[in-house]
Amino acid sequence: MNIPTDLRYAPTHEWLRTADGTVGISDHAQAELSDVVYVDLPKVGRSVSAGESVAVVESVKAASDIYAPVSGEIVAVNETLASNAAAVNTDPYGAGWLFRLKVTDPVEAEKLLAPDAYQKQIGG
Amino acid sequence: MSSPSPSDSPPLLRTPLHGAHEQRNARLVPFAGWSMPVQYPSGIVAEHRAVRAAAGIFDISHMGEFLVRGAGGRAWLDTLFSNNLATKLTPGASLYGFFLNDDGGVIDDLIVYEYRADEFLLVVNASKIAEDFAWLTTHPPPAGVELTNRSDAYAAFAIQGPRAPEIIAAWCAADAGGAFSAHEIPAKHGGVAAKFSSDGFVTILARTGYTGEDGFELFLPASLGVKTFDELLRVGAPFGLVPAGLGARDTLRLEVCYPLNGSDLFPDRTPLAAGLGFFVDLNKEPAFRGRDALRREKESGGPREKLAAFRVLEKGPPPRAHYPIFHDGQQVGEIASGAHSPSLDCGIGLAYLPAAIARPGERIEIDVRGRRCPAIIEKKPLYRRPPAATDPAMHAPVG
Repeated sequence: MNIPTDLRYAPTHEWLRTADGTVGISDHAQAELSDVVYVDLPKVGRSVSAGESVAVVESVKAASDIYAPVSGEIVAVNETLASNAAAVNTDPYGAGWLFRLKVTDPVEAEKLLAPDAYQKQIGG
Repeated sequence: MSSPSPSDSPPLLRTPLHGAHEQRNARLVPFAGWSMPVQYPSGIVAEHRAVRAAAGIFDISHMGEFLVRGAGGRAWLDTLFSNNLATKLTPGASLYGFFLNDDGGVIDDLIVYEYRADEFLLVVNASKIAEDFAWLTTHPPPAGVELTNRSDAYAAFAIQGPRAPEIIAAWCAADAGGAFSAHEIPAKHGGVAAKFSSDGFVTILARTGYTGEDGFELFLPASLGVKTFDELLRVGAPFGLVPAGLGARDTLRLEVCYPLNGSDLFPDRTPLAAGLGFFVDLNKEPAFRGRDALRREKESGGPREKLAAFRVLEKGPPPRAHYPIFHDGQQVGEIASGAHSPSLDCGIGLAYLPAAIARPGERIEIDVRGRRCPAIIEKKPLYRRPPAATDPAMHAPVG
């Protein structure tokens, strides 16, 4: 499993790039879901709290809630997923990003899992 | 991302192939009380496409197998089965139909295979094995007719897809123990062949399936399950054969609008409501159980609600079971089965809707988390196999 070292991870498998507040789901999560066909994204401008359900990733098999890893305001969403939801599978840390947050409290990001801790959680 | 939580249900049953699925890194999920592969690492969409383009092999060992043997077996089954075995089933063929309750509602849908004169294999749904068998024994077979539940003795596979005939031929030609010789392979859809071993076990090869493709179902001794599964995959690999799970089985059957008991068929819905009246003989004498209720339903103007097939018109979230359906602003029903169709690349599904709405061309809206997604009722099946390019007669428009 690919677990980039420059990201922080939520126990619920979202990743956060602290530098710019970008959020997506991990390689492990996309493999578990497989065959993503649609992503329901939040509205730009919405304020969200850490742990709040903010998006839904729909695979052929199931709809899965995506939680905000930290609190903040949604400042951008990945519009390209509307026509290419499969990017979540093929490039979960790049073209498959979900949304970008203006992080309210940087301390919350510190509490997320470091890559090695996340690796341990998923049994890698 | 949310994760499924472990349930408190009783331990799941395992097919003889369970270890073979684990070895292939299948994702195993609970289904009808069984631990079954929903997909292999390639994923549902890849498996679905492999079946449409080449072939897939499914473990269907969870399904139930009953044997009915004896000269009075046909007449006895005809009092319980909705279709007409006396007029429509001959040795070497099979027939689809229903067991119904006294209200005409569906207990189960099944295929009856007459693998030898007056000897029948009944293949029933995994979730209904105990219920079906108990129901059959409350209408005990007459003297000279033997009914046995052999579900635990059988492993079963479905080999489905346009290359399936070549794969079965290659498997039979290879030195595979217990296989059928080339001339025994059923040539016609619905055909069935049987092999009898010295201990009385009946191995059955039938040209039936649940995907809308050509293909076969093989019912064999549980002890030969793993060996045969491996053999078929080895022999079939050059033809593109891949293992496929219940996820692909569900999207394949939904594209061709085959019903799934418990999702599309229920004890309070009749085969007429499900649009499956073709498999019911209302004029059969003596009557089968449930017939009079169906006659009454028909005479009173037909079912008030019918199972309609729909296609979602815009790109959006896939339709799923129980999502509410609206028509002219009113809720008129909910989705029975729904999925993203890999072949059509859009949302599809089945739903019981008022008869006036359950007509091709009617527009409906599906409520997904508060959003209304427009959809249209279409004629069944939603997907048709593309005609072979070499067959000019097949170029007539369909639908």
